[in-house]
Amino acid sequence: MTDTLVDIGLSHDLAVLIAKLVGVFVVATCGLLWTLFGIWLERKVSGRLQDRLGPNRVGPFGLFQTLADTIKILLKEDLVPDGADRWLFNLAPVLSTFSVLLLWVVIPFSAGWIGTDLSIGVLYLLAAGSLGMVATLMAGWGSNNKYALLGAFRAVAQLISYEVPMVLAMLVPVLMTGSMSLQAIVEGQYIAYGLAIPLTVFIFLASSLAEIGRAPFDLLEAESELVAGFHIEYSGMKFGLFYVAEFLHAFTVGVLATVLFLGGWRIPFVSAQDTPALLGFGSLLIKSLLVYLVIMWVRTTLPRVRIDQILEFNWKFLVPLSLANLLVVALLWKIVPDTDQIASVNDALLPTLVLLTANILLIVVTSLILRERGRRERAHIAALYGPVDGAADAAPAGVGD
Amino acid sequence: MEITVEAIVFLVFSAITLGGALQVVLTRNLFHAALYLMLSLFGVAGLFVLLTAPFLAGAQVVIYIGAITILIIFAIMLTPQVTRVLKVHHTQWPVALALAALLFVGLVWTQTPLADELGADGWSADFTVEDPADVPADSLTDLGKSLVDPERYMLPFEAASLLLMAALIGAVLLVNRPDDNPDAEAAPAAGARPDQSG
Amino acid sequence: MLSDYVPIAALLILSVVMSFIILFMSRLFGPYRPTARKLAPYESGMQPYGQAMRRIPVKFYRVAVLFILFDIEVIFFLPWAVIFRDLGVYGLVVMGVFFFVLTAGFVYEWKVGGLEWD
Repeated sequence: MTDTLVDIGLSHDLAVLIAKLVGVFVVATCGLLWTLFGIWLERKVSGRLQDRLGPNRVGPFGLFQTLADTIKILLKEDLVPDGADRWLFNLAPVLSTFSVLLLWVVIPFSAGWIGTDLSIGVLYLLAAGSLGMVATLMAGWGSNNKYALLGAFRAVAQLISYEVPMVLAMLVPVLMTGSMSLQAIVEGQYIAYGLAIPLTVFIFLASSLAEIGRAPFDLLEAESELVAGFHIEYSGMKFGLFYVAEFLHAFTVGVLATVLFLGGWRIPFVSAQDTPALLGFGSLLIKSLLVYLVIMWVRTTLPRVRIDQILEFNWKFLVPLSLANLLVVALLWKIVPDTDQIASVNDALLPTLVLLTANILLIVVTSLILRERGRRERAHIAALYGPVDGAADAAPAGVGD
Repeated sequence: MEITVEAIVFLVFSAITLGGALQVVLTRNLFHAALYLMLSLFGVAGLFVLLTAPFLAGAQVVIYIGAITILIIFAIMLTPQVTRVLKVHHTQWPVALALAALLFVGLVWTQTPLADELGADGWSADFTVEDPADVPADSLTDLGKSLVDPERYMLPFEAASLLLMAALIGAVLLVNRPDDNPDAEAAPAAGARPDQSG
Repeated sequence: MLSDYVPIAALLILSVVMSFIILFMSRLFGPYRPTARKLAPYESGMQPYGQAMRRIPVKFYRVAVLFILFDIEVIFFLPWAVIFRDLGVYGLVVMGVFFFVLTAGFVYEWKVGGLEWD
């Protein structure tokens, strides 16, 4: 496109500028339009996973359900509660949406299809994520509602806690590639990193699920305790923006997992130079949808956990595990020779096998430790309340505490 | 001075930084003050980008906006003052004003060419370098290397870890009251404990 | 290069403008007939009592302190991770010391029960 503009007679800088602006416009519009389809897909798939039909009234297969919902939500009364902090209340949904859209600037959609290939790509993702946290706080404070305030603080406590294992997991591909640029990370994956470091993928997905506030970590909108969490007072399109932001964030996590661990737009066994741009984009989309399917699957299957369980799972399990994982990968990457000169699938084979073996060992050790701890925990409970197994009815109230 | 894109961006981010900082001081609502602080720090991040220090800009947003201001908000939400708008009861503002003015003059005197222009040599920094060297494209690599280089920033780097550990231990000691250590708590029937999952 | 950040600035402006258009459309098409009941904060149907801005438990603060510690640690890790393949054993040792000092603090907090939520 830049070349065409230069041919028309524009200067090169201006042509690049216009091309980038058009690109940004396309990405943002497609992102928002994609939610229309994606929300339908999500409802349909969750419906099927839970043995329901899902939306099936509006249009073929209920395809236009989201469109109908959008129109409905537009026609809703837009209320600002009494005593609300008007500025913060109105700004929060806007900030929430664009903190997610900002992530898309650095995502490589295909060879050369990238908003801007920042040298600090991974750090930029974190920075944009921090803005979403601010939006949550603003919504909770601005609503003048006790549920909203408590929901917001719980949400932020959860977000900041799970950011730690998430970043530690994102560090692993950075370490293996020797670059924070996302395009470089994609190009460095001659064999998808996910095959070498499945444990890191697990840590990334688990902590990201908490970051986007999805089940089983969706207690920031736990209906039974907090009604709807920080966006309880929002109605109409302002609620719609929060909803769009949440959906888009969940899908973005799928894309990020693909970019960081599943080779991004690369097609297996095809070198990066030989990948046609359009096919690369298709490859990214298919892989991202597969990861997103896993996220939906987890959401529809697992029950919600409590706030103390969430935070203790993070600090006592995920953080130590991700620290150990990072240490192991760093040491091995240093010991295995020529890891900085990988230029083909064959070069990547040995490091991948070594890391995979180490990962399996790490998983086994972790499981053994967990089994031992579980045994001790059960013994402790049994000492306090009598045996648990098979005697659930006889146990006094409070065991489930 | 010709007006370049850089100059405009610089002015915008300076305005954000200074305006945010001013509002932090002027607003009577503690929560708003914290949010304005975020705005001000965001402006600083923009200035870092302008100085081709993207890593510092990212770190500024992640650490200052994403962590330290959040900590400040958590801290002010602990205080009783959070529920009311503060009254104006400061009486020492002339002293503060004088100190601030003194600091400003001092900074201008030592950090800008003003002193040199007025003929007082030897006070200000060296401004004879007309065109400072470009920031290397791989400034990130250089930063990483200098952190582990014993001749550069290795010692401050390790000291930072000790400082962080001290901060952590301090926070734990402040927050954990001596009477709620886990041993003392285990004695009564744990089931009777009221649920306080906040 | 400043031009690297043009798309970010453009997206920032674009998404803010789009969000405000969406919010404005909501005002345009939706009805607006507020009553005192409707505007009252929702408290599961009860009469709202007291102020909504309340003090929060100190344990949130403790989580935030712990988070800052790890956040700064990770920020230091990032430039190190980019170049760690070019560093000698020395670079690994320096980072190892940094890492273990912080892990010691973490283990201490765990042992004194600082990680318990209740």
